[in-house]
Amino acid sequence: MMHTVLFIIFAVVCVAAAINLLAQRHPINSALSLIVVMGSLALLYLLLGAEFVAAVQIIIYAGAIMVLFVFTIMLLNAGEEELSKSSRVAIVFGVPAVAVIVAALAYILSRGAGTAALGDFIGGPKEIGRLLFRDFLLPFEVTSVLILIAIMGAVVLARREER
Amino acid sequence: MPTWAQFVLLSAAKSVVVIIILLTAVAYAVWLERKVVGRMQNRWGPTRVGPFGLLQPLADGIKFILKEDIIPTNVYKPLYIAAPMISVALALMSIAVVPFGEQLRFGSFSTPAQITDVNVALLVLLGVTSVAVYGVALAGWSSNSKYSLLGSLRASAQMVSYEASLGLSLIGVLLLSGSLSLREIVNGQSGTYFGFLPRWNFFPQFIAFFVYLTAAFAETNRIPFDLPEAETELVAGYHTEYSSMKFAMFFMAEYTNMFTVACVGTLLFFGGWHGPALTFLPMVVQSFVPLFWFAFKIFLFLFLYIWIRGTLPRFRYDQLMAFGWKVLLPIALANIVLTSLYIGLTTP
Repeated sequence: MMHTVLFIIFAVVCVAAAINLLAQRHPINSALSLIVVMGSLALLYLLLGAEFVAAVQIIIYAGAIMVLFVFTIMLLNAGEEELSKSSRVAIVFGVPAVAVIVAALAYILSRGAGTAALGDFIGGPKEIGRLLFRDFLLPFEVTSVLILIAIMGAVVLARREER
Repeated sequence: MPTWAQFVLLSAAKSVVVIIILLTAVAYAVWLERKVVGRMQNRWGPTRVGPFGLLQPLADGIKFILKEDIIPTNVYKPLYIAAPMISVALALMSIAVVPFGEQLRFGSFSTPAQITDVNVALLVLLGVTSVAVYGVALAGWSSNSKYSLLGSLRASAQMVSYEASLGLSLIGVLLLSGSLSLREIVNGQSGTYFGFLPRWNFFPQFIAFFVYLTAAFAETNRIPFDLPEAETELVAGYHTEYSSMKFAMFFMAEYTNMFTVACVGTLLFFGGWHGPALTFLPMVVQSFVPLFWFAFKIFLFLFLYIWIRGTLPRFRYDQLMAFGWKVLLPIALANIVLTSLYIGLTTP
């Protein structure tokens, strides 16, 4: 009962913030809306019982990545943007595409999709650690090497000296 | 009454009690700081309001409330008003997962001495800390003043940099205790080494403790890392344009964060509420002994804060960044490697 109420509250907040993100004209307002989206997503994870994923979502996305966004906006002192005219391509292809996706989703849900009960997902730090470092060790390490290469690439690009 | 309503009522009651105690403690931490720094600089500190200046926090509070609340013309208003609220709200939120002692008993009813016992408490704390930077960042940006902006840019860069060392310094403790729940970490520290040394994580993890302490000082923007509000170069840093209660809210947030840092340090490294059992005391007082030890350890932490403020000069900004990335982070990493090797070699 309480879980359903909380789910509805945070789902509404999440979608509202996402719409606000698109509607705002000042980049900092959009960035802040994105933080709200990340935060409410974390709370939805928490409601599903995935407390580790929820905490990491806050630490990494709302904390680290969005701080860099806000930092950049502050540093560049970005001002209000003009609303651009919507492109014709978006209207011609976008509206039918949305209609198709909504219809497909409605059909899938009407057939009765599988249910996910609260606490179905066993997401404690221990379980996730076992999965990452035992069953999925290779993909995990390969991903970390990939990220390392990306960081090194960024450093090389940023420090290229003028000749 | 349904169980969820009971839960909500109990949590609300606990939150109110904890927040009132915390804010009173914060007010008196300011008094303590002024007194102790005063003594260190060979002067008296506050003496006028009440005996030993004990009513000074009250007078300060009244002053802050009655002062004119100036909002400069060119600030970005929504964020200018929201920033102090974000700061203070996040600072108060982090205390929710901190346990203060064992079960509290009122007759047949008993409840843990903690607002909520989550089993990823440490991650929650790190999450709140990592989001707390927005209060400072937005305050500086929305003030539309170069000093504020510089201060908040410094603060954000500093907090993001030292957060890495802070997180890594905790991993050593986590390796030893094998849990993210603060209550379990504390319970893992009961007992003694060799029969006389308390089983505190401080002894095997003293490197981690010093890394934690340094990073935590930087996170709370305290001397010697108070570059964001370096008054000789930046007026007052990110809160230059704030006055009255809005300024007081930043102040409250800073001191509340000091308390959180002290609580976490006590819980992770100094055995939380464990201490010598004072068996000569009457039974009624006995139940408060753990709370006393906890408060006493926090007091020692606060005293250390003030002591360092009275002693050390401020870093230069490039020194601060170099120290964080080139000294503190490698030490924290080395500690993790050493601890894991030790655990790997000793566990059969």
